[in-house]
Amino acid sequence: MPDAAAPAPSANGEVPLVEVVDLAKHFDVSKPFLNRLLEAEQRQVLRAVDGVSFTIPRGKTFSLVGESGCGKSTVARCVVGLYRPTQGAVLFDGTDIAGLRTRAQIRPFRKRLQMIFQDPYASLNPRWRVSNIISEPIRAHGLASSQQEVQSRIDDLLTHVRLTPADGEKYPHEFSGGQRQRISIARALASNPEFLVCDEPTSALDVSVQAQILNLMKDLQRELGLTYLFISHNLAVVYHVSDWVGVMYLGRLVEWGEKRRLFRYPRHPYTRMLLDTIPDLDMSGRDRQPVAGEVPNPINPPSGCAFHPRCPHANARCTEELPRALPVEGGGQVACHAVEEGRLAVEDRGTITPPPIEDALRAGA
Amino acid sequence: MSDALLSVQNLRIEFPTRRGTLVAVDDVSFSISPGEVLGVVGESGAGKSLTGNAIIGLLEPPGRVAGGAITLEGRRIDNLSYDRMRRIRGREIGAIFQDPLTSLNPLYTVGRQLVETILTHTDMTPTQARDRSIELLQEVGIPAAERRIDSYPHQFSGGMRQRVVIALALCANPRLIIADEPTTALDVSIQAQILALLRRLCRDHGTAVMLITHDMGVIAETANRVAVMYAGRLVEIGAVRSVIKQPKHPYTVGLMGAIPAIGSDVDRLSQIEGSMPRLTAIPPGCAFNPRCPHAFERCRSERPDLIASDESGVACWLFDEDASDVPMEVAGHA
Ligand SMILES: Nc1ncnc2c1ncn2[C@@H]1O[C@H](COP(=O)(O)OP(=O)(O)OP(=O)(O)O)[C@@H](O)[C@H]1O
Ligand SMILES: Nc1ncnc2c1ncn2[C@@H]1O[C@H](COP(=O)(O)OP(=O)(O)OP(=O)(O)O)[C@@H](O)[C@H]1O
Ligand code: SF4
Ligand code: SF4
Ligand SMILES: [Mg+2]
Ligand SMILES: [Mg+2]
Repeated sequence: MPDAAAPAPSANGEVPLVEVVDLAKHFDVSKPFLNRLLEAEQRQVLRAVDGVSFTIPRGKTFSLVGESGCGKSTVARCVVGLYRPTQGAVLFDGTDIAGLRTRAQIRPFRKRLQMIFQDPYASLNPRWRVSNIISEPIRAHGLASSQQEVQSRIDDLLTHVRLTPADGEKYPHEFSGGQRQRISIARALASNPEFLVCDEPTSALDVSVQAQILNLMKDLQRELGLTYLFISHNLAVVYHVSDWVGVMYLGRLVEWGEKRRLFRYPRHPYTRMLLDTIPDLDMSGRDRQPVAGEVPNPINPPSGCAFHPRCPHANARCTEELPRALPVEGGGQVACHAVEEGRLAVEDRGTITPPPIEDALRAGA
Repeated sequence: MSDALLSVQNLRIEFPTRRGTLVAVDDVSFSISPGEVLGVVGESGAGKSLTGNAIIGLLEPPGRVAGGAITLEGRRIDNLSYDRMRRIRGREIGAIFQDPLTSLNPLYTVGRQLVETILTHTDMTPTQARDRSIELLQEVGIPAAERRIDSYPHQFSGGMRQRVVIALALCANPRLIIADEPTTALDVSIQAQILALLRRLCRDHGTAVMLITHDMGVIAETANRVAVMYAGRLVEIGAVRSVIKQPKHPYTVGLMGAIPAIGSDVDRLSQIEGSMPRLTAIPPGCAFNPRCPHAFERCRSERPDLIASDESGVACWLFDEDASDVPMEVAGHA
């Protein structure tokens, strides 16, 4: 399967399309200055993303998972340039796009990466015809020289997302949720991007509509050689679409790796816990492990490894020292003291066959 | 079933509009026994929430019950006055909605809301009610309940608020709980805790639960039976294992195939083409016929009724025992 989705090798086949290096985004969530003065409060910083690194090979899908509020959307927004990172780099095809400052510098990259959001209702202008919604990026980037060319491009895009050219004359409210998400995808594809960031693109949709959109996304990836950063809290959806998966906890990537390796041999205690919570469609009679505790407050995260209050393997070192990211065989990384100290045996969850290590290595990392 | 706690017979819900009457729920019948969880699944807009709202008497006008009967422990409850229904709600039927904020008053502490609800529905003293409130918060897994009871809703996380809503629904030990997407807004980790709690209530107190959700995984591990709705009608009902493992109705078959599974390395999910018709344009015959891979002549003109035995049923002509016009190869497939 990995090869089916692979695009023609690029000139520099070794360089991943996207490389996120030590990315951080901190928000100032202090009260206004005067209140702070009166109430004698400190400035408060929320470390939404704090030192995240991963790479996405060309033509592949990298997914981020983790509990609500762990920073997935913030990573996505930094990657597409909607947020300026507090620290770190986002290398796109070798250039640090997070470090670009002038419009002229940014312009050539803008059209090469696009974002699709969760809510297909909110992200489409209700007063615009679908054809105008889709053609906006074409005009903005000057990608067509005549009105005729714009029109044929719109027809093309609508056909690509399995709508019809006649649908261009309609308004968003005339479409169902799944069809609206197709329109968002058509708009995102309008500038011929190589890289799409999809933040929960199917979470607002029915299972049956979700299947239509996921199939479409995979078809487009195959046809156009697209690279995806995909965000979802549904682990089965993530398993289906991804080549690589990253697990986030409280602003940090605690583990990332090749999909089948990660689901079969999860290393990090949080990854294991997350996999334990998957509802069991097979009805094997397994009771889901109710998870102890809740996601802690990101303004005041626990010291050391932020997962330690909920971790069954925590020891004194975990409460003091931040675990560093260690490479994992087959590509990817894991950040956990217990793994590093060899206190935590590798666990085989069976049923999933990871690809041979060589394949995984060739696929990326 | 005679021992049913809740019985819904031929329920019909209509919306009068300027352009005519829309039938949003049509001829829906099912029952739930004590201690049983009935899962309700189906396409968005299929009429799941309307059915739940009709049972608790909270159908928003202009929607109205236009036919059928709803019975709770043998008593009709669909024709009661607003006041009598309000007493039944809370005391005998507890409701849990998706968004906890709409069910909680932001101006009152969690404890005050629990105590007031308990005092309304039972004859406990205020002190007893407060003790019971703490007990309930502990039961739904709120840590340090005796301290947290005096917090306001906004001081709780989303998952904790949803658990408070559940505690509120449980205050008066209701016989029946209607839970409409109770865990959709929650993280999987908290979702697991809440479902475990619902299961425990059924087991220990014989509470009956109607669980409406999009999430087939939730149904698989919580429900005993499952009802599948499509375009306002019940198309299939049966034991959860048989509906998930051997779905009969072509819509249910499509729905099950569309669910991605961990460990299954298929490149494409099977998908149902097209979308559910709007209420204004429900096709004649079987409402699923334009999307059905097995549709034949009869499906386009005659509407299949739910052929119900005690435990299971399916509304599809393929399963009509004495039909002679089911195409051979299709009959073989089914
Ligand atoms: N603009 C902002 N200002 C202040 N805090 C923010 C801002 N955006 C996000 N946050 C905070 O950063 C943290 C991470 O948020 P983010 O939206 O990235 O989470 P997420 O993983 O996408 O969660 P979800 O699954 O709920 O979408 C949260 O604690 C959130 O409250
Ligand atoms: N006030 C109204 N006027 C007209 N139609 C309405 C009204 N309220 C609801 N409906 C229709 O009734 C149908 C059933 O709605 P219902 O909320 O029960 O669906 P549902 O199965 O719960 O869907 P979901 O999974 O999206 O919650 C929908 O098609 C909806 O458009
Ligand atoms: S570093 Fe320590 S607390 Fe953190 S996950 Fe590993 S064992 Fe648990
Ligand atoms: S009745 Fe006909 S159209 Fe309807 S589901 Fe059965 S075979 Fe398909
Ligand atoms: Mg998000
Ligand atoms: Mg609903």
